[in-house]
Amino acid sequence: MPQTTSSGSAFDDESTPGEDGAPAANAAAHSSSDAIDDLLDQIDGSLQVNAEQFVRSFVQKGGQ
Amino acid sequence: MRIVGIETEYGITRPDDPHANPILLSAQLVAGCRAWAGQQRTLWDYGGEDPLQDLRGIRRARASASADMLTDTPGVDGTTGQVTLRRRRGSWEDPAHLNAVLSNGARFYVDHAHPEYSGPEVKSAHDAVVWDRAGDLITLAAAEHYAADAGHPLALYKNNVDGKGASYGTHENFQVDRATDFGDLTRRLTPHLVTRQVFTGAGRVGLGQQGEHAGFQISQRADYIEAEVGLETTLRRPIINTRDEPHSDRKQWRRLHVIVGDANCFEVPTFLKIGTTALVLSAIEADDGRLDALRLLDPVPAMQQVSRDLGLRERLELASGEHATALEVQRALLEICRDYAHDGHDHRVLAMWESVLDMLGRDPVEAVRHVEWVAKLQLLGRMRSRHAVVDADGRRRDLDWTDAVLAAADVQWSQLGTGLAARLEAAGAVQRVSTDQDVADALTSAPQNTRARLRGAMVAKRADIVDAAGWSTIVLDRSLGDLEVVHLDDPAQTHHALLDSLIAD
Repeated sequence: MPQTTSSGSAFDDESTPGEDGAPAANAAAHSSSDAIDDLLDQIDGSLQVNAEQFVRSFVQKGGQ
Repeated sequence: MRIVGIETEYGITRPDDPHANPILLSAQLVAGCRAWAGQQRTLWDYGGEDPLQDLRGIRRARASASADMLTDTPGVDGTTGQVTLRRRRGSWEDPAHLNAVLSNGARFYVDHAHPEYSGPEVKSAHDAVVWDRAGDLITLAAAEHYAADAGHPLALYKNNVDGKGASYGTHENFQVDRATDFGDLTRRLTPHLVTRQVFTGAGRVGLGQQGEHAGFQISQRADYIEAEVGLETTLRRPIINTRDEPHSDRKQWRRLHVIVGDANCFEVPTFLKIGTTALVLSAIEADDGRLDALRLLDPVPAMQQVSRDLGLRERLELASGEHATALEVQRALLEICRDYAHDGHDHRVLAMWESVLDMLGRDPVEAVRHVEWVAKLQLLGRMRSRHAVVDADGRRRDLDWTDAVLAAADVQWSQLGTGLAARLEAAGAVQRVSTDQDVADALTSAPQNTRARLRGAMVAKRADIVDAAGWSTIVLDRSLGDLEVVHLDDPAQTHHALLDSLIAD
């Protein structure tokens, strides 16, 4: 089972697809995992550089 | 299915000037939208808007309303009927209310300090998705016009929080039979609105309105819901909003305005939040007493409890004294709603609903292609693991939830065009409901099975004589002295003799 708790730890790599049940759905989840890793490879460096400034400057006014 | 619609307030920034005035940026974006649409003239008609009328049958005194509740123009005609005459007004346009009325039937305008796309009236969850996605592309097209004009880009976000206390909304609208008792509606719909987060949540880094506690939660919006029922949308936001502006024949219909939902970049959550809520409303209209067993003891704290339950196993206390998880409540609602599926669209909703609940029940990660918070948590979890630090005692510790990299990724997830969700979708890792062709057509074409057809066709073909258009009116200026107001009080009306003859001219 995934390590999901209300304290907010994410699904981790060890507990993702393939361990038990539902092979078809797990296969789909697995190809998404590859896409997520590819995306991380692309963005990791740029996020590291300016994350703090980006977060600080993202200010919105309240709406409805 | 009943008439529904989605309105989205986008986050907006000017990346090269974080202090730029968002109201001005939004107004300039609307100007960009009008330029993209190729029409400069049609105004928004506020006739028929009534933001202070409460669904519970009481009326807020104008003087006691907060300024941001006043979104109408008092004193315009409220006459119902086919075609009425209206005196010509002076030529003016308040930039704060700058609008674009689009040939796809939508309205694009400035709401508070955000650009808002209010999609056209549609009759299926599938069409709600299609015209919602069209809104994202229209907003991007408007931003391109803005950038070409201004010489700098805008960044637009389909999210609901800035992480510093501000929240802005994505609202759903459902046509509901006026005969349904509003107390019954409130009591019976609330358990659905609280528990549907398990598949509608877009995921959020930070707990509390200001993100004052570290962690991840399922919903963007849950921490901003502070009351069970009420008229407000900008403070003390309620689970059930009581604004009574039907934009249709008041004697027959209500327009239920649902404000608890997240903005979704994934299509399945949008499809399900519209489709499942419409089915639950059918069960409520049929006075299905089985719904009463699901009543929650304390819905507002339950909203936050569900949003923090990433394992989907916490049991909520029901008014009956029993306990059930959010997934169990959803399963029970699904079983009840099987009796209210009337067409192929409804059956598609039931099938997707069941399939997503099955996946979430077995292991939430199985829903990574369908459910947005699961995909976001998966991505952020990988980031935390990649950047894990090693403690003094040699233990490997995942990156802390307070790290700015995670908050930045949470915001960048939702950026229109280049955001992380968009890139995952482009990589084929996200389940679609629409096709690219559906969405491309919906940029300029209105739904053909609601009154949006008439609004869209008039704007597309007869902009020369359309003075203004609203949800339930089209105002013609045929140089006859007075303006002619065509009243479209039935949202399902697709044809009108006068308008059809003008469109055909």
